[in-house]
Amino acid sequence: MSLTIQNLSATIGETEILKGLSLEIPKGEVHALMGKNGSGKSTLAKVMAGHPAYTVTGGDIQLDGESLLEIEPDMRSRMGLFLAFQYPMEIPGVTIANFLRAAVQVRLAEGEELEAVAYYKNLYSKMDALKIDRAFTARSVNEGFSGGEKKRCEILQMAMLEPSYAVLDETDSGLDIDALKIVSDGVNALRGPERGFLVITHYQRLLDYIVPDVVHVMVDGRIVMSGDKDLALKLEAEGYDWVEKETAAAA
Amino acid sequence: MSVTVMEPHTDVKAVWPDWFREQQTAAMADHEATPRPTRKDEPWRFANLAAVDLTDFRAAAPVASEGRLINASKGLDEVAARVIFGNNVLLHQESKALPEGVIFKPMEVAARENEELFRKFFMVQPVELGSHRFAALHKARLTTGAFLYVPKNTEVVLPIEIFHWVEGENASVFPHTLIVCGENSRVTVIDNFKSSDGKRAFSCGVNDLHLERGAELTYVAVQDWAPESLAFHINSTIVERDATSTALNINFGGGFVRGESLSRLVGEGARSEMFSLNPMDGKRQIDQRTLQDHVAPHAFSDLLYLNALDGKSRTIFAGLIKVGKKAHQTDAYQKVRNIMLSDEAEANSMPGLEILADDVRCTHGATAGEINEEELFYMEARGIPESVGRRLILNGFFQSLLERLKSPSLRAYLSQLVGKRLGVK
Repeated sequence: MSLTIQNLSATIGETEILKGLSLEIPKGEVHALMGKNGSGKSTLAKVMAGHPAYTVTGGDIQLDGESLLEIEPDMRSRMGLFLAFQYPMEIPGVTIANFLRAAVQVRLAEGEELEAVAYYKNLYSKMDALKIDRAFTARSVNEGFSGGEKKRCEILQMAMLEPSYAVLDETDSGLDIDALKIVSDGVNALRGPERGFLVITHYQRLLDYIVPDVVHVMVDGRIVMSGDKDLALKLEAEGYDWVEKETAAAA
Repeated sequence: MSVTVMEPHTDVKAVWPDWFREQQTAAMADHEATPRPTRKDEPWRFANLAAVDLTDFRAAAPVASEGRLINASKGLDEVAARVIFGNNVLLHQESKALPEGVIFKPMEVAARENEELFRKFFMVQPVELGSHRFAALHKARLTTGAFLYVPKNTEVVLPIEIFHWVEGENASVFPHTLIVCGENSRVTVIDNFKSSDGKRAFSCGVNDLHLERGAELTYVAVQDWAPESLAFHINSTIVERDATSTALNINFGGGFVRGESLSRLVGEGARSEMFSLNPMDGKRQIDQRTLQDHVAPHAFSDLLYLNALDGKSRTIFAGLIKVGKKAHQTDAYQKVRNIMLSDEAEANSMPGLEILADDVRCTHGATAGEINEEELFYMEARGIPESVGRRLILNGFFQSLLERLKSPSLRAYLSQLVGKRLGVK
């Protein structure tokens, strides 16, 4: 059981961003994806989720053996894929409670009704754990939220939807250390044998809190190096230049 | 146009006083003497005049089942009073929690029992936004309606509900609501316009609101006529010193709806909020003309109209903020926002300003846009199908207007109505 990306190429407009990327995230593991700005990390996240602006020109993405390429974004989500957005959208007039309820509702079998009491109990307990004020349920999704509140709200959604595989796109960006701890605790609470994670980050700092099983380095649309968590430390200390040199030498 | 066939079935002669019947005769002459609108008339620019054809419409027969309509007239769980009209006849009236001194009765009864009040406030404002001819027809054909007077320093805590039903193919109704809020009084009224059978009908309605010094009125009209129907909703609101009017027109139905709203701020510190919420679809059209008339200084008005246009629907908004010579330090805002859901829909927005005073703050504008695809993708990424996501976003667009209403219970009630109309929940 794994989320598998094979030789994936993707373009936006005329520009090729992903250039034959391969990656396998087995259930139960946390993989970190690091790379410089513009290496294609966020594109990978969006392509996996099925963003319509990108065109897959080659390769495949499989969730537990099933190709996602011809599947609409909403179905990918219901199949168990979750993307925590780098820039979560503000949706005026749609409350968090109603938004999440709609997302939970579509996962129920046909004819099955959402248990409102149980739903709110679950929602409130998860909000408490993420230190999100319960009053937020009545606020419009992400509207007027601080950066940290938005990211906590992404983790709340992940906790409510209980995906099989979660892709966290720069969830640490814009977080102070307290918010970073809260978000990391939220992610760690969901770690387990039934779930795989791809944690996309720019900074090693996050990986002190969410300790990865594998670290991948992305350069120019490909994974060029993989290792254990020490690789992240080395990148933090030495930057990316040596990776690019080694990669160039190998090519 | 055969107006004679629209003569009411009820025995108007028996219920209205002679002086009013004389006014009605004069109103019919006025109606007939007033030229039909043409597109050269400024208030009818861009208007679909073909839609304003009354030829087919007939007088409304008595409704088939009063009991059924009374049972269907359920809005809020708790109301101070409720009155129900069907085809120009009073069907039912109940008062549960009206404070001492509040007058809430059918128009014709008020004309007899409260003649002075009635004469002082009944259709005294000139119809300035184009439909004088139709307002005259309304006056000539009026048989009943809701008359509400809230005396000085009186608060009606629970809302008052009014229902106007129409029934029968091509039936004509003339709904009327007159609300007078005495000094420092406070009341909320929900005026419902509904079709009994979904058949094409004609409604020519007037609502006049008058707020005396310091009064606070929330007036919500929920229009849900059958989709082929022709409807006029002609409003005037007079706001005296330090009074606050909040009026919301929700248009769920109607084939061609012409709405005219005039708010006149006649006292210092007067406030008027004018809202409208219009989910448009099919071939439905709405033509709204508004005037924020600042006569007194230091007054505030804020107009926000939201349209969502699907199918081949069409909207016209023409609004004017008029700041008179003495209306210094006016704060006036006007905004219409259109969400285009279809390439075949058409939104026409004509915001306008006419400022004769100094030191005023006015903004106006119109926007048109589509549903934000990134918002939609965000929803899809949570498993919500695109069609559901669109409805949620649209619902959110309208909910953001409802948030402007002060009462949480009213907000919740209207939010549910709007959600239901959009197929959310």
